[in-house]
Amino acid sequence: MPASIDTETTQTESGTTRKAMLLNVGPSHPAMHGVIRIITELDGETVIDSDVEIGYLHRAFEKESEVVPWNNVFPYTDRLNYVSPLMNNVCYAMGVEKLLDVHPTERCDYIRVIISEVSRLTDHMTCIGASAMELGAMTVFIYFMKAREYLYELVEELTGARLTVSYVRVGGVKADLPEGWLERLDKALDKTAKVIDENDKLLTRNRIFFDRMKDVGLLDTDTAWALGFSGPLMRAAGVPRDLRKDEPYLVYDRFDFDIPVGAVGDNYDRYLVRMEEMRQSISIIKQAIKQIPSGPVQVGLDSRPFTGAQMVDAAKMGLTSDMLVRKVRIDPTLEGTNKHQIRFVNAPFKQVVLPPKEDTYGNIEGLMNHFMLIMDGEGIKVPEGEAYVANEVANGELGFYIVSDGTGHAYRCRVRPPCFYLMQGLTEMINGDMLADIVPSFGSINMIAGELDR
Amino acid sequence: MTEPATTLDDNPVIARLREAFGDAIVETHAHRGDVTAVIAPDRYKEAIRLLKTDAELAFDFLTDLTAVDRLKLKKKPRFEVVVHLYSRKNNSRFRLKTRPANDREPEVDSIVDIIAGANWPEREVFDMFGITFTGHPNLKRILMYEEFVGHPLRKDYPVNKRQPLVPMREIPEDRPNIYSF
Repeated sequence: MPASIDTETTQTESGTTRKAMLLNVGPSHPAMHGVIRIITELDGETVIDSDVEIGYLHRAFEKESEVVPWNNVFPYTDRLNYVSPLMNNVCYAMGVEKLLDVHPTERCDYIRVIISEVSRLTDHMTCIGASAMELGAMTVFIYFMKAREYLYELVEELTGARLTVSYVRVGGVKADLPEGWLERLDKALDKTAKVIDENDKLLTRNRIFFDRMKDVGLLDTDTAWALGFSGPLMRAAGVPRDLRKDEPYLVYDRFDFDIPVGAVGDNYDRYLVRMEEMRQSISIIKQAIKQIPSGPVQVGLDSRPFTGAQMVDAAKMGLTSDMLVRKVRIDPTLEGTNKHQIRFVNAPFKQVVLPPKEDTYGNIEGLMNHFMLIMDGEGIKVPEGEAYVANEVANGELGFYIVSDGTGHAYRCRVRPPCFYLMQGLTEMINGDMLADIVPSFGSINMIAGELDR
Repeated sequence: MTEPATTLDDNPVIARLREAFGDAIVETHAHRGDVTAVIAPDRYKEAIRLLKTDAELAFDFLTDLTAVDRLKLKKKPRFEVVVHLYSRKNNSRFRLKTRPANDREPEVDSIVDIIAGANWPEREVFDMFGITFTGHPNLKRILMYEEFVGHPLRKDYPVNKRQPLVPMREIPEDRPNIYSF
């Protein structure tokens, strides 16, 4: 941390005075994404010293998750890392499941791996695209946004939203994959791989890009390790630490993939590591598509479709005699459109997982089960205890430390955001570089204010 | 936390800590497989140093540092600082906790001089819980602004509490760069 506040004045030999200058960068500077303030002390254009101020996007995530039921935290987790929201969903769910000692089905694990890797792709594409744009390479940004769109369309089809997904639930996921989704994903990945190759050709040997990135933002392995770095930045600094390999969770031990490692730990290495990770992610998803246990056969609707609303009306009139055997078409806005699918993607614990909507509308047990999980003061009861769970998300190690006191909501829900520890190192990364180098160094961190400030 | 206290003496980390600190280890457990030890606050810094520098254990990576306000659990002492450590050498994790004795002005030794990465997390715990870290080089609020009243993650801070409006800050003439550093 900088010791001196006053900028010193020195007399040079030629008689002119030299004085260091303070320059404020951000928060309303476009390259600071509107949420970071860096105060720099400059000698000419060289950064002598700097201080980073965060907290502009603080939304009290941890406080809020102490007062809402366990499943209601998912919408908040979407907004932690809003470039890869599905991964935050998965990590939080795994934290609560660890406390509950509940394990979702195998198919659900595969779905979680697939959506995590899709998120890693969108995250890395945004990061590289945005930092290239900040260096003037607008084309790369547009190309990557195009590729991200291929994936976002699939995410939208799966979850109903592009960003505020809230797809994962404690004990499973909201609903099974739509019909033909995996085939469409496979095609989208082929198109994405082409875009990655295109951008590879545009950037990797580009003289301007190379000069701006090479040997800029250097951070040696020991400093990065001591500061708590993880993810692509730690790997770029030479440590092949990846929780997917070191502490395999979900079904990551069933896939064959490599961990790219950088040589010196500068911005260029970070860029290369991210590019390679995207290719590895595509490979993981392709393997997962091959391995995923086949879901239930779609059950055909009977000749007279019967919607949930009609069913409620019928039940009010007492016409319930054939309801248990009848196949029902539920409004697509309701989750769980197929009873059989719900069983395949959710843990078989009715204390945790909502019943399929057919049961909720169709019989008293399902209705009671639904209310016991939804009503205020009821809901999932997580036994007393504490657990820490960590996932390898796009930026590094995302951890949830959850303490439960046995009631319907968390007693303490701490997020370990990877960005927070990376941003600690920003000062070290930019000190000694030029002022203009702040932009690529800051970009290489892929700071996401949502998870940094929570 | 609430599981019956197991001794965990066969665990090498716990055994090493017991050997070095004896009765200062207040409690140990391994709820859901997370090996945990609670240490007296006056030996906390030593314990971190031992865990980091011991050649066998080598817990040299600070995964996370946070705190829990145990007011509503009706437990004493009220605050608990929770440190998660990771050892690359053994690929294992460990959780160390300490409970500052004073509930009104909780104070814990800072570990920034041992693990540099504890700098911001300690500032955050200070900001959110009001726990002072003695020896921290730059202990000030990090997520909240300086004029913020109270510590939001304390259990006696209501979730819907509103803060007073902050007047424009005066800039002293002798220190034009007061907001820096």
